[in-house]
Amino acid sequence: MSTVYQQRFESLLDGLNAAVQPGEQFTLGYSAEHSQFVRFNHAKVRQAGLVSQASVQLRLVREGRQAEQQITLGDDAELDRQRLHDALAQLRQTLPLLAVDPYLNLDDSNWHSHSLLEQPLPELDEVLALVEREAGDLDLVGIYAAGPICRGFASSFGAFGWHQANSFNFDWSLFHANGQAVKANYAGQAWCGETFAARLRQAREQLAHLGRPAVTLKPGSYRAYLAPAAMDEIAGMLCWGGFSAQALATGNSPLQRLYNGDAQLSPLVSFSEQVSGSLSPAFSDEGSPRRDLLLIGEGRALERLVSARSAVEFGQQANGADSYESPCALSLAPGNLPGEQILERLGTGLYISNLWYLNYSDLPAARMTGLTRFATFWVENGQIQGPVSTMRFDDSLYNLLGNQLEDLSQEREMILSTSTYGQRSTGSSHLPGALVKGLTLTL
Amino acid sequence: MFDSSTLLRQRFAALRSTAELFSLRHVKQSQQSLSVRRNVAEPPFFSQDEGAMLTVRVNGVEAYAATADLSQAGLQRALEQAEALARRIKASSLLDLSGQTAPSGRHDHVSPNFEQSLPNLADCLELLAAESASVPRDERLVDWQASLGFSVVEQTYLNSAGAELRHAQRFIYPGLGVTASDGQDSQSRSLGRENFGQQGGFEVVERCGLVGAARWVADEALQLLLAPNTPAGQRDLLLMPDQMMLQIHESIGHPLELDRILGDERNYAGTSFVKAGDFGHLQYGSKLLNVTFDPTIHEELASYSFDDDGTPASKQFLIRDGLLVRPLGGALSQLRSGLDGVANSRACGWNRAPIDRMANLNIEPGEQTLAQLIAGIEHGILMRTNRSWSIDDARNKFQFGCEWGQLIENGELKGVVKNPNYRGISADFWRNLSAVGDRSTFQVLGTPNCGKGEPNQVVQVGHASPACVFRQIDVFGGDA
Repeated sequence: MSTVYQQRFESLLDGLNAAVQPGEQFTLGYSAEHSQFVRFNHAKVRQAGLVSQASVQLRLVREGRQAEQQITLGDDAELDRQRLHDALAQLRQTLPLLAVDPYLNLDDSNWHSHSLLEQPLPELDEVLALVEREAGDLDLVGIYAAGPICRGFASSFGAFGWHQANSFNFDWSLFHANGQAVKANYAGQAWCGETFAARLRQAREQLAHLGRPAVTLKPGSYRAYLAPAAMDEIAGMLCWGGFSAQALATGNSPLQRLYNGDAQLSPLVSFSEQVSGSLSPAFSDEGSPRRDLLLIGEGRALERLVSARSAVEFGQQANGADSYESPCALSLAPGNLPGEQILERLGTGLYISNLWYLNYSDLPAARMTGLTRFATFWVENGQIQGPVSTMRFDDSLYNLLGNQLEDLSQEREMILSTSTYGQRSTGSSHLPGALVKGLTLTL
Repeated sequence: MFDSSTLLRQRFAALRSTAELFSLRHVKQSQQSLSVRRNVAEPPFFSQDEGAMLTVRVNGVEAYAATADLSQAGLQRALEQAEALARRIKASSLLDLSGQTAPSGRHDHVSPNFEQSLPNLADCLELLAAESASVPRDERLVDWQASLGFSVVEQTYLNSAGAELRHAQRFIYPGLGVTASDGQDSQSRSLGRENFGQQGGFEVVERCGLVGAARWVADEALQLLLAPNTPAGQRDLLLMPDQMMLQIHESIGHPLELDRILGDERNYAGTSFVKAGDFGHLQYGSKLLNVTFDPTIHEELASYSFDDDGTPASKQFLIRDGLLVRPLGGALSQLRSGLDGVANSRACGWNRAPIDRMANLNIEPGEQTLAQLIAGIEHGILMRTNRSWSIDDARNKFQFGCEWGQLIENGELKGVVKNPNYRGISADFWRNLSAVGDRSTFQVLGTPNCGKGEPNQVVQVGHASPACVFRQIDVFGGDA
């Protein structure tokens, strides 16, 4: 299995190199996965299946014009080659219909990158047996997704990148009879049955806290500790155009005022795009080597994510960002709050494990709203009193990570994306928890 | 159309299996995305996707394997993988589907004007460029984009009980957006995009009103930039159809999905404040509220004759005179719950399995014109065009925001306000429905972006609605 995908990609590349005509340039992206998906409900298998998929994305460039086509690949090398040639022919017919693209900006370097990680994945029987042994008596619901993921890139300039890794992501919740739930996850590239079992047992222990009578809060401002998974939701909102050169240049970024110098965050806040050491490919979808970038340093805006296209349009330097200029490995520097002191330092307030369904209520003000979800507790004098019924917050990032930020935790969590829209994601974030003096609850 | 049918039929007939039931769902999809942003055409994007999902039932346990290898050997291999998986999970399976009847029969469903030619790429780009160029020169207008998306889907469902169900659909998504900024604040106004799409030919672009829209959209973005914030407080809320669709989607559609009520989605999309015992008993809204699952409005995004599990689709009331009567649950969920549902088992493509989804979820029109709706409001606000949405995992506590707000005082429309937001609780909100617009206010809308499921899926859903009025809702503005 290890080299099959790469051989298929290289075979297509060879055919394409032979087919291009003088004056034509191309980039060719590749994406493939063989995935096992098992959904659970009530600790039983609700739905199970296998998905084998692969596609290439061909961009053809000639005389300053460009167009792209994505095609799904099968297992027949000759048929796939024919499909790629059909795509090439269609793009050739399309280019003369287009105007010269003033923002065309090809990376003409011939960089090479190769990463192959093939730790063995568990047999499904082992996973099912562990679920039965450790959680068979619990109301477990969630999904196990596992298998190899491949990303490739090549260009007519000789650039070539390959990224292939086996990975798994078991994302689940345990529900108490009262409807409260605790969320847990075990994901990575090196499976360990004992670690998985320990995570299941840890979640079981947390479930016990949820049996206490629920606390209902009134709207108002509350001290709060946002655990890393909750911070991931907030960080996810910033990934939605926050650092994008295009969004910043066109009034569509929630961090507009920060990058304009009209606002700043707490000096505790340093965000970076930390690609090295992450699970993401070392190259962007546009075919440029990704770079580690310090986006926000000690509360002040620094670099932004600049795609090749934005670089020309807005007169900036491209820095390996994806075409949609969203971080793929966002990292927030740790703070000074030791894990064992979190409840004590919180004192009286909310311990929020997860947030849910965030959106902007006023984007230029970086004001966002969302809800508590899974294992949110009311804490008094450092002691957990009971779970809190779902509450809505509506607050500005300039408060939460600005004047209201008291500290960030020393320990950080590496959170691997569970997204499977279209394909399994390779994105991740590395985040601490945040202790805030005031979080505004509205409903 | 259906060029693959003969070959598929032959290959399906040649498959060998010991399963008591097996099916093949073949999906072929092509897409084209065109846009002009700030008077420069973005590179056109095309895609071609084709594959099949083989599903088997072995001893009452179902499993699937999805493949893009459509050769006889590839399909046979996928079938065998699915069979092996079904046997492997037998001891852990939640469901025994031995008693579920398999669909049968033959039927074709085709979008209106499916075979009508569309303008060629150059003409489409010219149209978009003209619209983009119509945005007035004003240094505060910092971003604008006109776009057209086309998607053609052909699906064939075959099963070992003899069913052959085919549909051929074309979806069209026009869009226009303009952002105005003064360096501190930004305000956007849009037409179409995530809030509009229909099945059909180029008449969809005309129905959207894209041509000639750039000037008014840009003008409204500038008006918003100069407008005061929406005042906070309780007001009667007049929601136009392009916000009603979001309100229906989030606080009626998702809570009525039967798989959520059965707990399948609790780890991701969430659960529901509605319980299985509420059907036939819960007064969901005021007597004016009539909600239908309606696959019969031909141009609406999710009109079809059969769902992706092969269940025939027909119009059904989910809420009648405010009373909750029927969930959004396909054949499997109906079997599990014992409740009557609808044909809404849908998948986003060949590589994802069907689950309960919204399809066309509509509010039936009432009897008042827009002028009458406005005249009936003493202290209120009109909101149009969704821009922000957030709701809890039980689909109860919501907060939504719109692009455009306009105050209403003593039965008359007054000044424009920016950042119009409102919040409420689904279980109470619909009981405050106090007036429903007539057919002159009714619009057939929809969105291409409804996400749900593990593994994740995005499907298109249709929402048609009149303008509606809700009494005494908490509204508020932004910080800027």
